[in-house]
Amino acid sequence: MNWISNVVRPKIRDFLARRDVPENLWVKCPETGQMVFHKDLEANLYVIPGSGYHMRMDATKRLKATFDDGAYAEVALPEVTIDPLKFRDERRYADRLKDARTKTGMQDAVKVATGLLEALPVTIAVQDFGFMGGSLGMAAGEAVVKGLQTAAEKGTPFIMFAASGGARMQEGILSLMQMPRTTVAIQELREAKKPYIVVLTNPTTGGVTASYAMLGDIQIAEPGALIGFAGPRVIEQTIREKLPDGFQRAEYLREHGMIDMVIHRHQMRETLGRLCRILVKAPAVPPKGRLPRPAAA
Amino acid sequence: MRSYLDFEKPVAELEAKVEELRALSSGDGVAIADDVTRLEAKAADALAQLYSTLTPWQKTLVARHPARPHFGDFAKGLFEEFTPMAGDRKYGEDEAIIGGFARFRGEPVCVIGHEKGSTTETRIRHNFGMARPEGYRKAARLMELADRFNVPMIALVDTAGAYPGIGAEERGQAEAIARSTDACLALGAPNVAVVIGEGGSGGAIAIATANKVLMLEHAIYSVISPEGAASILWRDTAKAQEAATNMKITAQDLVRFGVVDSIIKEPTGGAHRDPKAAIAATGDAIAEALSGMAGMDAAAVRKARRAKFLAIGRTL
Repeated sequence: MNWISNVVRPKIRDFLARRDVPENLWVKCPETGQMVFHKDLEANLYVIPGSGYHMRMDATKRLKATFDDGAYAEVALPEVTIDPLKFRDERRYADRLKDARTKTGMQDAVKVATGLLEALPVTIAVQDFGFMGGSLGMAAGEAVVKGLQTAAEKGTPFIMFAASGGARMQEGILSLMQMPRTTVAIQELREAKKPYIVVLTNPTTGGVTASYAMLGDIQIAEPGALIGFAGPRVIEQTIREKLPDGFQRAEYLREHGMIDMVIHRHQMRETLGRLCRILVKAPAVPPKGRLPRPAAA
Repeated sequence: MRSYLDFEKPVAELEAKVEELRALSSGDGVAIADDVTRLEAKAADALAQLYSTLTPWQKTLVARHPARPHFGDFAKGLFEEFTPMAGDRKYGEDEAIIGGFARFRGEPVCVIGHEKGSTTETRIRHNFGMARPEGYRKAARLMELADRFNVPMIALVDTAGAYPGIGAEERGQAEAIARSTDACLALGAPNVAVVIGEGGSGGAIAIATANKVLMLEHAIYSVISPEGAASILWRDTAKAQEAATNMKITAQDLVRFGVVDSIIKEPTGGAHRDPKAAIAATGDAIAEALSGMAGMDAAAVRKARRAKFLAIGRTL
């Protein structure tokens, strides 16, 4: 036996296997550069403990963090035609889509689920920026329509966590058509007289803000979220000026009367629960585990 | 002096020759007159041939042709008693979108459209047809009136897109567009949208969410301009021609997708060669679309419009 026969051939799987721990072990705050241990970050709902910076959250984590006890039932979403334009730029869109599905384990950018929020039945949709920038194509559009229609049928409030770079350009005009299509479903929910609450997360721009993400009965944003129609780069190129600090951030939108409130992620569940219960005229829930507020002295 | 697009060069040369011969023959000469007729026929053939096989990029150039009829030309040719109205009642007046009430073949209508302008001065006044939030809020306001008085709405779409600027963002460009689309869908009177030149993304859909969507033969309608797509997807603005093709932005493509209901034929050589004929054909197409919805009540009109949009993309 010589040394050659002893060699263990590397397995292809070893190269392809996902190594999710090492690169995520420590996470750097994009604002302050502070390093945070990933477990601490997860425990803190992906808000950097020191700076309060709100990191992006994927759809599953968001659903778990929003529903009571993290329990929910996913709503089955309609199948759509894949790659209707047979589009290609430097790569085929069909390939890009396949990659995104493998990478994220999601079918497309939007997930819809039903469950309880502070004991009240609600329907929640989450748009995941990790799936091709949360872009709005036929699949995401159908998901939002399905979410709104599910809420209307079941008679629950609808909560939309939006995050998107805008339209899925690879689906051309059919992605543009998702703007009126989702608006139709919003009108159906309005007729059912159920509340539609939008939570704008970082970032939400383009055709998504120019349709369902700005048509909520109540508009909430997470701190620091970039929200706008045109992206900052497009505006800079058009006007050839530097943009002011804080431009298109959640706080800026609130100051300009475009949204109702900016809510820290830690208070999101309680805020959504309270608003939903008020708007559907359900009785108030005494905050669990908290002492009743002492009577004024 | 007619202005030619680059790809029209062969036609331009033939037509220049015709002009030259005409100038020569101003004295007399039967022989030359024959040559003129022959050459004219040849030029007309070349033009017809060229325009029957335009590429998507060439259509983009035709749709943006400076001499192409714009909103104002259509308004003059299609409507009587057109009475434009100004302002969104909230902040200001935006002349990138013109709207008001008029009569179309005798019947009251609400008219809303993008105006690009046709001289330096008017282009600036109309901001090249790129509206700010005030434009969309004015459109939504007029649609609410059209709904209340049960007057059909006609939209003439011709914009590169909504204006991306600091002020526009500050005053809620996205929300203004969303509310205008919302107003289109809430309209209890029938509406017809005609893409007369460029249908640029959200800036277009805000007024083009209609029971019937028509499109001129060489107009384009797209989620992003070919240049924009080239710079984002190819990271190279020189790829605009390829983007125009791959994005499927022509009227012929959009009919196949069920996004556009019918195509309005343009005069040979494009609407800019014979604006009057293009406008007349548009008028006939609008009249036909409206007559198909005559007698529908508000609930039926809304229901049909909703069903139409929900169906888009479901049976590709």
